[in-house]
Amino acid sequence: MTQNYTIEYTVIIGLDVHLQLLTKSKLFCGCANLFNPDHPNVQTCPVCLGLPGALPVMNRHAVELSVKTGLALNCDISSFSKWDRKQYYYPDLPKAYQISQFDLPLNHDGWVDIVTDPESGETRRIRILRAHLEEDAGKNLHDETGRGRDRRVDLNRCGTPLLEIVTEPDLRSAAEAKSLLEELRLLLTDLEVSDCNMQEGSLRCDANVNLHVHTDDGHSIPTPIVEIKNLNSFRAVEAAIEFEVARQAEQFAKTGKKLGDVPKETRGWDDGRKATFGQRGKEEASDYRYFPDPDLVPVIVSQELQDELRATLCESPGDRRRRFMAAYELSHYDASVIVGQGKDFAEYFEAVARDCQDGKLAANWVTQDVLRESHERHVTIDKFPVRAEVLGSLLSQIQKERITTKSGREVFQQLLEDAEAGTAVTPDRVESIIAERGLEIVNDSDQVLSVIDAVLARNAKIVEDVRGGKAAAAGPLIGQVMKELKGADPKTVRELILSRITEG
Amino acid sequence: MTTRFASVDELLRQLDEGTLTSTELTESCLSLIRDHDSQTNAFLRSDADAALQQAAAVDADRKAGRPVGPLAGIPVALKDVLCTKGTPTTCGSRMLENFVPPYDATVVRRLRDAGCVFVGKTNMDEFAMGSSNENSAFGPVRNPWNLQCSPGGSSGGSAVAVAAGYSPLAVGSDTGGSIRQPASFCGVVGMKPTYGRVSRYGLVAYASSLDQIGPFAGDVRGAARLLQAMAGHDPADSTSVDQPVPDFLAEIDQPFSSLTIGSVPEYYIEGLDDDVREATEKAIDVFRSLGATVRDVSLPHARYAVATYYVIGPAEASSNLARYDGIHYGHRADDFENMIDLYAASRGEAFGAEVKRRIMIGTYTLSAGYYDAYYLKALKVRRLIRQDFDAAFGEVDLIVGPVVPTPAFGIGELINDPLAMYLSDYYTIPLNLAGLPGISIPAGQAASGLPIGLQLIGPAFEEARLLRAARMFETATDWHSLRPAFAQ
Repeated sequence: MTQNYTIEYTVIIGLDVHLQLLTKSKLFCGCANLFNPDHPNVQTCPVCLGLPGALPVMNRHAVELSVKTGLALNCDISSFSKWDRKQYYYPDLPKAYQISQFDLPLNHDGWVDIVTDPESGETRRIRILRAHLEEDAGKNLHDETGRGRDRRVDLNRCGTPLLEIVTEPDLRSAAEAKSLLEELRLLLTDLEVSDCNMQEGSLRCDANVNLHVHTDDGHSIPTPIVEIKNLNSFRAVEAAIEFEVARQAEQFAKTGKKLGDVPKETRGWDDGRKATFGQRGKEEASDYRYFPDPDLVPVIVSQELQDELRATLCESPGDRRRRFMAAYELSHYDASVIVGQGKDFAEYFEAVARDCQDGKLAANWVTQDVLRESHERHVTIDKFPVRAEVLGSLLSQIQKERITTKSGREVFQQLLEDAEAGTAVTPDRVESIIAERGLEIVNDSDQVLSVIDAVLARNAKIVEDVRGGKAAAAGPLIGQVMKELKGADPKTVRELILSRITEG
Repeated sequence: MTTRFASVDELLRQLDEGTLTSTELTESCLSLIRDHDSQTNAFLRSDADAALQQAAAVDADRKAGRPVGPLAGIPVALKDVLCTKGTPTTCGSRMLENFVPPYDATVVRRLRDAGCVFVGKTNMDEFAMGSSNENSAFGPVRNPWNLQCSPGGSSGGSAVAVAAGYSPLAVGSDTGGSIRQPASFCGVVGMKPTYGRVSRYGLVAYASSLDQIGPFAGDVRGAARLLQAMAGHDPADSTSVDQPVPDFLAEIDQPFSSLTIGSVPEYYIEGLDDDVREATEKAIDVFRSLGATVRDVSLPHARYAVATYYVIGPAEASSNLARYDGIHYGHRADDFENMIDLYAASRGEAFGAEVKRRIMIGTYTLSAGYYDAYYLKALKVRRLIRQDFDAAFGEVDLIVGPVVPTPAFGIGELINDPLAMYLSDYYTIPLNLAGLPGISIPAGQAASGLPIGLQLIGPAFEEARLLRAARMFETATDWHSLRPAFAQ
């Protein structure tokens, strides 16, 4: 519940998420399914161009990926579903209908748990109304008003398999909407169903938003539902919903208009102005005149196929988080960060943790050093130069207290420099760096004391100062000792120096 | 000797023996079209050079002893609703007047492979919507039996191509009688196969669940040969059925020793022309005389077929024809204000009245609030019609009856009375709704001299049975040898 404009309300959000599926060919023809904006209209044929006489033939693999997604989203799978034509005129839709699924979607009534608080690990279950398969439209280039004659259309995208996931209006904040998208992206990239790239449009999102305004007598009044379109980044989804919530609260305070008083409105998102805007001409209620596509036969999904696909499912992000917390004693936060980076990253972490026998240590390193360095290099974890077995071997030296954490970082930096110089980064190299630099912790106190004494002898002035009460003056002494004893623990060295001076 | 009106069997025999070349045969067809078709308007386009090239290639193959296809060198006319790569395919419409498909329909490809020579694209009712061929944007086709009469439609051009002797074979499409009705009006053999028997890929769709491609020929064997070359599963058409295609010629000349044919009392309606009724009864007598048992079967829902068809057909058409919007190909209006206006003006200018009528009916019946009352109800009636036939075929091998209630009507006679025109398809439409095969064969002559056809209806995928029974009738009668005076 939020307080705003002196009214109290609950935010109600449902998302329509469109995912392009990672099939080799399009949904109803053999054309390549590739993002290819620089070469318009090359991935086309009579079928996806909607030429007279051409007929669609269903791509079995797209159905399989859809069902796989449905299973991962805990949906009921329809053993019998069919194709329907959704009819409307638009230049990017050459048949003037989209082949979609109307009343019998492939998947329905599922759920997904989203993390609502990464610190506490709190989750909430968001219901999935349906997830159906349809074909994508092409893309209109330049302005879309139709004025003038020189408009262009790229039909490369036409016929790309698109899975539309529709949630129930269970989301209660912009952050939850973003969290849902993150969860879906994790799940579906892990499953290799979609690459979920919002920039390239392989994941697109429309948000349906309204408010339930609470009245003094304990009732609530729904505000008109607004559909926000053209959201092309996670940040845009969050910002647009936040903007829309504030706008609707203000509108309600001003006009008192409630759901049903005005037709459902479609608004666009202006990322530059950070505001939603009314899209003219789309407010009229559309009649898509759905009817079963007579060119296609119904889709039958057998129990055998379902079982087969279920066997290919991998661990869900939620399960992985729970397992990491239990098996590696990670905090909710660390588990969320690691799992949130995707399956490859989580597997990297696990390999490191196994090698060094210390989940927390591995978590610290991968969430800080590895993430930072890989971001700086703009590489994903599979391209990161320090492989899991190398980091694991390095961390096990720290874990065994053979080297200090500080020395560990030094080795790590050296490994990265090695990689840049083209030297092989292997576990053996960890050993050789430790040896070359004398990083092994020195536990022989006689050796430490003899070095300290030599340094004190050379720095009588400082010793005097320290003895005079300026403990901070000991810094350079510690530095000199450490320089000679690379593996020594600085804290111990400092204590020894101070006691030596006081004793003397 | 003249090859005009020679049977396909005869032509193939001569071609194989070397007494006739495909080039000679094709030249003869092309010159007949050139000399006479200005009176009949059956062809929209006849590309002589391309046809003669095909013919020469076949002749060369034969001469060199290379294997040739089953219809090698035989001229075939194609209804202009079949996509032909590099050759305009207009569907009888201004909308596609300049549309050149970049691909061949599966049927066209199969006929090429069979060695056919394409002598031209035939005139038709616009987008196959019509029963008189008057809905063509390029003028009506005229019936060679009486040039003031309609040849029927929508495959009127293909029917006339065979009836006038321009081409021994022609391909048509049948959505609600569009092969069988013109075959009956023109005195030739025309067949609609089972839905799914012939690939629709490359057939410009009118009503996808009803459309089916089929053959026209001067005799039953010719039709069987052409169907043989076209039939069979096509992975590019999801509704084509993956069933083996029997050899239609194998037993075609063996009369059935026992055959039960069904006669339908509901067929003898008020509008049935006396000559047609008499011809039908006589035809049934012929079957009886050939040893067939005749039994009455009931098709109680047949009378709802036309109404059902005019919901389902237009619904699908309104969707199938929506793509002609002036954006990607086809006619585009010169003047328009905005995008919506571009659609409206282009479609308004390029579609004819009947096409617009059906698009509007279809758009209406699929609209929110009307879908259940019209479209869904029509689907239910469609199922009942199918069940009628299922029950009937539990009792009889074939059903025999009229093709059309009347012989050919005059051009202009019904064009302003769409309902009367629609009734012309009373006997043919139920088969499209049920997906069943039907054949129209010459079976009589009206007092006016116009031919009268007989329809044989069979269970799904029993084309071989239909052809064999039709051949049995043809062998016992002479109706198929009658020629229009126009051709003499």
